[in-house]
Formats: sequence, structure tokens, C-alpha cells
Amino acid sequence: MKLRSVLVANRGEIAVRIIRAAKALGIRTVQVYSAADADMLAVKLADEAIEIGPPAPKKSYLNIEAVIAAAKRADVDAVHPGYGFLSENGDFADAVVAAGLIFIGPSGDAIRLLGDKVAARAVAEKAGVPTVPGSDGRISSLTEALAVTERTGFPVMIKAAAGGGGRGIRIVNDPAELETQFPQASAEALASFGDGGLYLEKVITRARHVEVQILGDGTDVVHCYERECSLQRRRQKVWEEAPSFLLPSDVRKKLCDSAVALARSVGYRGAGTVEYLYDDETREFYFIEVNTRIQVEHPVTEMITGIDLVEEMFRIAAGAPLSVRQADIAVKGHAIECRINAEDPRRGFMPAPGKIERLDVPEGEGIRFDTMLYEGYVIPPFYDSLLGKLIVWGEDRSACLARLSQALAELKIEGVPTTIPLHRALAADAQIATGAFHTRFLETWLETEFAADGGRAAEVA
Amino acid sequence: MSKHEIRSPLPGTFYRSPAPDVPPFKTDGDAVSSSDAIGLIEVMKTFQEIQAGVAGGSIRFLVDNEEPVMAGQVIAEVEQ
Repeated sequence: MKLRSVLVANRGEIAVRIIRAAKALGIRTVQVYSAADADMLAVKLADEAIEIGPPAPKKSYLNIEAVIAAAKRADVDAVHPGYGFLSENGDFADAVVAAGLIFIGPSGDAIRLLGDKVAARAVAEKAGVPTVPGSDGRISSLTEALAVTERTGFPVMIKAAAGGGGRGIRIVNDPAELETQFPQASAEALASFGDGGLYLEKVITRARHVEVQILGDGTDVVHCYERECSLQRRRQKVWEEAPSFLLPSDVRKKLCDSAVALARSVGYRGAGTVEYLYDDETREFYFIEVNTRIQVEHPVTEMITGIDLVEEMFRIAAGAPLSVRQADIAVKGHAIECRINAEDPRRGFMPAPGKIERLDVPEGEGIRFDTMLYEGYVIPPFYDSLLGKLIVWGEDRSACLARLSQALAELKIEGVPTTIPLHRALAADAQIATGAFHTRFLETWLETEFAADGGRAAEVA
Repeated sequence: MSKHEIRSPLPGTFYRSPAPDVPPFKTDGDAVSSSDAIGLIEVMKTFQEIQAGVAGGSIRFLVDNEEPVMAGQVIAEVEQ
């Protein structure tokens, strides 16, 4: 069949990205928006726009009934959920299908299975994917938790079974801390996720965050190689690369093959990401979780493989088989993405909404800027602080870094503070150049390197 | 008796309680001291505590829980 129209059930830069992909495929676009988002770029670009509720996300972008009603009213064929909001809500996927429409993503059952961290871990183990040492599934008591730590040692993470995206995680260093934190974590998980289920995982110190992009059509699965996303602050990714350039090629093959094996074992359909921790010293990788949606950092993969992942999602949803075979997918060069947020890195990353007074976007070969911004746009305070993503490609990593520094010097956003100064400092940093970083690198670096001069050294350069 | 206005320093969403399902920081008629928290403003998924900034015999809220507010908007009044 052919998809003729799509409802974009998201906002911000990813809504713009989805609309552009749809237009390239000749698909009519209908954008939903909250009362605070009438002026957003995606509304201007879409063929049609429908207001779905007040500014609060739970009354608009998280309101399943309102989104489904808009889809019916607009008489679309399909719904694209983007990332965040309802993108990993199995009940939403079911509601879309029940309304006679196509959900651009996996089935509700697959979302629920892979979204439950404990169930996903079991799927991974069954598919032969290494998992972080920890509890075999949910643990119901402190006694059980203490028994697990006799095997794993400390520190361990207490994780909420229904958590994800870095939320619902506590690290404990000894049995006494475990005793105090276990009941608190359970109560918090129940309050935050409606499910008090917990599990334990050993903390892998000095690990890299490496993730594999997969595409499945329900029968076949391919991978589009890996991304390196170790530079994080408060468990939120700040800067992402592809490929993970220090990964030995035999490890890369095993890692990517394991992601395909996992996805194949559940008949995965759509774009997805299998996340891992990788230990440079032992060369071991461990499964963390599966994200059953397009990710913020997908463009770095597109830059090194030439595959348009969002267009591919549309084709898969329309029932077409994968347009690429594994043998056709190759890595060319290196790509880095910088997340540009409306936050002041010199003032504790305080977010600041406001009006964009000036926007100068760098252009040229190997430079891409995915954004929701235009001059005069007033950023509302009700949603996350991501303004855009600067993605730069080079023949190799050092060429990529050089081009990135130039592009960051040319990128100008005035009116609100942004994280551009942080990225300029990172692009000029000697440790970043060697690639000697892990998931806890950035927070320390911010205190020791960046705080020392607030990134001013890189500003002058 | 004079009235003091407590204004939101930022645009965002106003919360009367420190967390869902717990009692509000203050209810209408409560006495406040200057450093008392009277609510939270959520701005781009981060939370900032709003303090009374003034001592008084009775506070009255002008904005409901979970309502959007503009920067400079009066959230509450305190009778001194």
C-alpha cells in the first residue's frame, strides 16, 4: 500500500525532521500542536495543523484521546510519534491501530515487551546478548537484593523496571545504603511510573555508552552500525558520534550482530536502537535497553551510512520490505552531533526560554543543522530545552572535529543562552580529540576544565 | 494593612506542592516567613523553588496548581 498522509504526534525539531522526510516521499503532513505551540516551525511547514489542547504535555502531546481524535478528523493514513511523549507507549500504538490507522513504529506488544526493562533483559539473554551482571528479573524484597549483591559486589544500581531514559536509577555503594534506598526506590518507582518493580545491576565503572541502530521490516533485520554517546550530563546525552571509533573491529562485528539477533528474535518492525555499555579494558559489552523509536542522535548514523532513517520508517510502515541489505550498508567517514539546548552552561545549565533575536546557521559540505528555530520565534517554557542539533561529517574523526570547530564558530543564536560555548570548548579539548572518555567523563570535565574558565579559551580561538 | 505581591521570576508552570499527591506548601490564609517556599515553577523540565520573599500574616494564591504563568505574573498576595 501507499501512505498518502501522516499525523505528526510530536513537536520541536523532530516534528520538523518528520515533515521534511514525509514531503520528500510525497506524503501529506498534518501537525498537532498545543496552545503554546501555534507559532512553531512544524506548524508552519505542515500542510495542515490541528490544536489538541492546553500547553501542559499531559493535556496535549500526551493525551491519547486528543491525538487520535485529531488523526481521525484529518483523515490521515498513519501517525508518526517521533521520540519522547507517546512514542514508547504501547497503549497509544494500539489505539492508533484500533482507529484503523498505521502506527509508524513497532506493535504495541513489542513496545511493551522491550519497554519493560526486566522483560527486555530476558529477551536479550535468550538471544545470546551479554547483559550486565545483576538480578534475574524483578526482586521483591531487600533480602533478595542483598543476596544478589553477594554475587555482583558493589556499587550496584537500583533500577525501576518501568523506568528508562536515565530516570528511576539509584547507585548504592554498600549494604547499608542498599537497605535505606531500596524501599525509597520502590515507592518512587510506584509514584513515577505506576509500577514499583525494581531490579539490580552492577555498576560498570569507566564504561562507554555505545548503541546500535537497527531497522526491521518484521521479517528481516539489518544494523546501521553503532553510535558513541558517552558524553552525558545527568544521564542525558550531550554530544554523540558515529562510529565509536576506538572500538576494535572484531568487537564492532559482535556488537552489531548481537543487536540484529535480539531484534530478529522478536520480529522487530521499524527503526530501533539497542543500547550497550562497553568496557575498553576488558573489551566486554553489556546490553542495557532497547529504544523502540527514532532517537535524537539518529542523524550521525545517517551521515556515515547515507541512509535516511525517517524515510525508511515510512517505507516499512507502508508494508515495504527493507530497501537496503546488510551487505549494502557501509560506514564512510565520521560524524559528530552537538545538542544545542537553551541552557546556560556557565550558570549550572539553567534553562531559559525566550525570543530568538538572531540565527546564523553554518552551511557547507558535511554540515547539517536540524532545528525548530527561526528568527523571532519565542521558545515556550513548557517543554524540553533542545533547540537544535549541529551535525558535522568529515573523512575521518580529526577532519570531522576541525570542521565542527569551524561550524560551531559560525553558528550564532542570540536571544537566549545556549550550550554552544560548551560544545566549542569540547571540540577544542585535547582529551576529546584522543577519544579518551567514558560516561562519567563530562561531569568531572565540567567541574575541572570548563568551570576554570567557563569555556572562554575556546571562545577566543 | 498593606499587600505584597509575589511574582514569578520566570515563565513556566506553577505547582503549589513539592510533589504530586503531597499537601501544598501553603494554603490561603497561612502565615508566611520570608524564606518559606510557596511553590515551584517548572521551566523546560527543571524546577525552581519560589520563596515568599516577605513575611506576612496571610497569603492568598492567584494562580491554581499546574497553571501556566508568565514572567512577572503575580502568583500570590501576602497581607502584611
